[in-house]
Amino acid sequence: MKGFSMGSLSLSRPLLMGALLSAGAALGLSDDARAEADRDPIRVGILHSLSGTMAISESTLKDEMLMLIEQQNERGGLLGRQLEPVVVDPASDWPLFAEQARDLLSGDDRVDVIFGNWTSASRKAVLPVVEELNGLLFYPVQYEGEESSDNIFYTGAAPNQQAIPAVEYLREQGVERWALVGTDYVYPRTTNKILEAWLKDQGVSDDDIMVNYTPFGHSDWQSIVSSIASFGGQGKKTAVISTINGDANVPFYRELANQGISASDIPVMAFSVGEQELTGIDTAPLVGHMAAWNYFMSVDSDANFDFIDSWLAYKGDDSAVTNDPMEAHYIGFNMWVEAVKKAGTPEVDAVRDAIIGVTVPNLSGGSSAMMPNHHITKPVMIGEIQNDGQFSVVWQTPSNIAGDAWSDYLPDSRNLISDWRAPLHCGRLNVASMTCEDGEPAVSQ
Amino acid sequence: MSRRAIRDLWRAGVVLVLVMLALPGVVHAGDQISDEQARTLLEGLDASGFEAKGEAVERIASSQATQRERWLQALLEGRLARERRGEHFYIITDDAGREWPIIDAITLEDAGTGSRRTINTITINNTLRTRIEGALAAMSLTAGDVSARLAAARALLGTLDEASAPGVEDTLADEEDPAVREQLETALALYRVQQGDVAALETLRGHLDTRVRNALVPLAEGDGELAGEARRVLAGIERKREWHQRVQTLFFGLSAGSILVLAAIGLAITFGVMGVINMAHGELIMLGAYSAWWLQQLLPGQPGLALLLAIPFGFLVAAAFGIAIERSVIRFLKGRPLETLLATFGVSLILQQLVRTVFSPLNRAVAAPEWLRGSWQVTEALSISYSRLAVLIFCLVVFAALWAVMRFTRLGLEVRAVTQNRDMARAMGVRAARVDMLTFGLGAGVAGLAGVALSQITNVGPNLGQNYIVDSFLVVVFGGVGNLWGTLVAGMTLGVLNQVLQPWVGAVLAKIVVLVGVILFIQKRPQGLFPPRGRVS
Repeated sequence: MKGFSMGSLSLSRPLLMGALLSAGAALGLSDDARAEADRDPIRVGILHSLSGTMAISESTLKDEMLMLIEQQNERGGLLGRQLEPVVVDPASDWPLFAEQARDLLSGDDRVDVIFGNWTSASRKAVLPVVEELNGLLFYPVQYEGEESSDNIFYTGAAPNQQAIPAVEYLREQGVERWALVGTDYVYPRTTNKILEAWLKDQGVSDDDIMVNYTPFGHSDWQSIVSSIASFGGQGKKTAVISTINGDANVPFYRELANQGISASDIPVMAFSVGEQELTGIDTAPLVGHMAAWNYFMSVDSDANFDFIDSWLAYKGDDSAVTNDPMEAHYIGFNMWVEAVKKAGTPEVDAVRDAIIGVTVPNLSGGSSAMMPNHHITKPVMIGEIQNDGQFSVVWQTPSNIAGDAWSDYLPDSRNLISDWRAPLHCGRLNVASMTCEDGEPAVSQ
Repeated sequence: MSRRAIRDLWRAGVVLVLVMLALPGVVHAGDQISDEQARTLLEGLDASGFEAKGEAVERIASSQATQRERWLQALLEGRLARERRGEHFYIITDDAGREWPIIDAITLEDAGTGSRRTINTITINNTLRTRIEGALAAMSLTAGDVSARLAAARALLGTLDEASAPGVEDTLADEEDPAVREQLETALALYRVQQGDVAALETLRGHLDTRVRNALVPLAEGDGELAGEARRVLAGIERKREWHQRVQTLFFGLSAGSILVLAAIGLAITFGVMGVINMAHGELIMLGAYSAWWLQQLLPGQPGLALLLAIPFGFLVAAAFGIAIERSVIRFLKGRPLETLLATFGVSLILQQLVRTVFSPLNRAVAAPEWLRGSWQVTEALSISYSRLAVLIFCLVVFAALWAVMRFTRLGLEVRAVTQNRDMARAMGVRAARVDMLTFGLGAGVAGLAGVALSQITNVGPNLGQNYIVDSFLVVVFGGVGNLWGTLVAGMTLGVLNQVLQPWVGAVLAKIVVLVGVILFIQKRPQGLFPPRGRVS
């Protein structure tokens, strides 16, 4: 019951503070107490699953946030105030995410900002809550797009910052046939819809595209891998675009190796496999399979080396790894810190206005900026799996790509943009009719 | 670059060497190159584009540098590095940890250590990797290793042209290994067919390599003797492939079925004998898998031994937990199935969280021993992976052992007596409570065995059991509660059905179809495939 004890631990401090304050008031020190309130810690909510299926990915992000907050406090905090983490455990349960977001955002103990979520399903659950209670959420994972909220900042990749460049790269490498293989839920389905539309735009015929979905945690890949092998054995260069999520990847790659399919026969380009996921696999048979991200642990930059050093020291584990969502949180946290400094207050409305245009260094040696559509600019990289479970970067966009909330390749969202600056202040602006369409999302899920 | 073009590059290297072999006097051996020349060669590898690096690889492959094999091997493994702000090239001898021991790439002398901050490894991509492998294969072809020659000969299929064919013919004349000869003959036959030689088609008849098929498809179009004959050969190949595919699907099904049987068979015992709906059954499987992992941690470097030891150990661990659950929870809820269900569900959550707290929520890697890796390539179109084959055999062995226990031991006799008529058995002096405990322990232990086997197939993590619990109940209910043979037949049937359906309708729909099928079947025969006989209900 790790999550529970942490939740109660974080609650105890404000209680203690409250007790001190009321004690102070009783002694007739109310003026000082009010001044004290300004020096109250700024509260940072961390909404990541520490138990359940997603704990494998999300618990790392919780640790990273604690490290970033600790480092910020060592530098003297923010606006002269300390940062205080409030950790909760939504236990990989989507409705529980919404409930706990509500707890974090209501009452006297409300947090000033939330860093959290991993799956799109959990984000969709939290979205109405942060909008209703006017919270701030930083979402660090690559996702399917087709969404924009005044209260959410998307620091992970939108499809145009990951999927499309990756497929473009494979086309350059001569791939003519495409197997789109994914887990059966909103992110793979929307991403594959965008990719299919894009590929057909480029003149790829229906016969050269194969789409396959499997349930969460699928572990018996024998016949699917064998049908991919026969799909790829028709004399045209074939690649697999994998949006397989989480656990199911290990048996998938194992089956590829078992059936003797190497990266030079049919390369796999994955959008959900990072360094963390590879820690459970013997990577020798996977060398050459690819992943597309905005950051790899192997990136050559001093900022990255420093980040890795402090992460290993924080974890006390020389074999700990970093990954792309960690970089997203790193960028998101620093952007929020800069925005609070700029606004002079952690107040939600002020920070939200201040953060657009804020630019902070990222870990790949450049810097990322917050765009008016609440997405950020990042480089896109293709990495190939190495023997040691790391990726080596084989291709990188020459410059940063700005995230696009609404895909240009889906007919429903082609004309939509998002711009949260005044005076537009709209998440779904139809540029053809210049009207703001609020309400239902463009892609029905 | 198309897949064909990449393969061609691979083969071009091989063919080049073959041609050189056919023209004695082209290769001068023995001329050492200077350190300066060596550095120039290596500098070519530090180019920015992969195309340029590929050219540098070819320069190295055709150079006289004595270190060329080491360089290319290191480059292939990502161990060739350049000093970050300097001139030196290094080979990393061990890339574990953060400070790597390095040697100078040119002098091959010890050069201390390097880290990511001081040296820069030279990256390669897939295309380049294929080129390097081709170059290395071609080099070892001259060295005369059989497996390397075989790989090189296999790569020749479909790439021969006027320039290289005579060289291959000469190589074939000198070649003694039958496997290599066969590959070379096939490659030559395909070349001759492409030149219009109808007789050569005979060699290709029934050849299962997809490259032969893909090369014949364009030839089979149109009329004429060659096209007609090619069509016949192609039809034969397709028929043969289809049969191989069917055998492969059957094996996939049996393999998937064996996993279902392993997971369900322990449940068949507890559910059948005691009528206990044990929702923690999946977690007992997980504990078996974790004991395999734990033994591997205790015996580093000996994954095979650890796995063998894990078979009795996993059984004991899971059995101990099973008995503990029976003693502390289940026996107090006798005859109250709904409460048992809820209580064991609670136990399953507790066990999951226990594992999460003790071992972390991350998945654990259970290494596959050398003898379980890879697959047995029966023919070009049919391969059977060793790990799956081992699990299938293990499943049958466990089944046979369990059957023997139930049939021939005193415990088995008592269990059967209690199953058939509890009160009568007690009246005859069978201590039913003890039988319950031992039965539950046995069922749990078998779940532990399933976990050990599953550690070779799937993820070992806290959620392992959840993926199998529903399927296990499905198998037991379908097979007939409490019937071992029913469980075996039901598990295998569902496995094969699933694998046959998956390529047609996809994994999600296949699952639904199987589930609906089982529900309809149960409507017709509520007692499952093999209804229990003589049971008082």
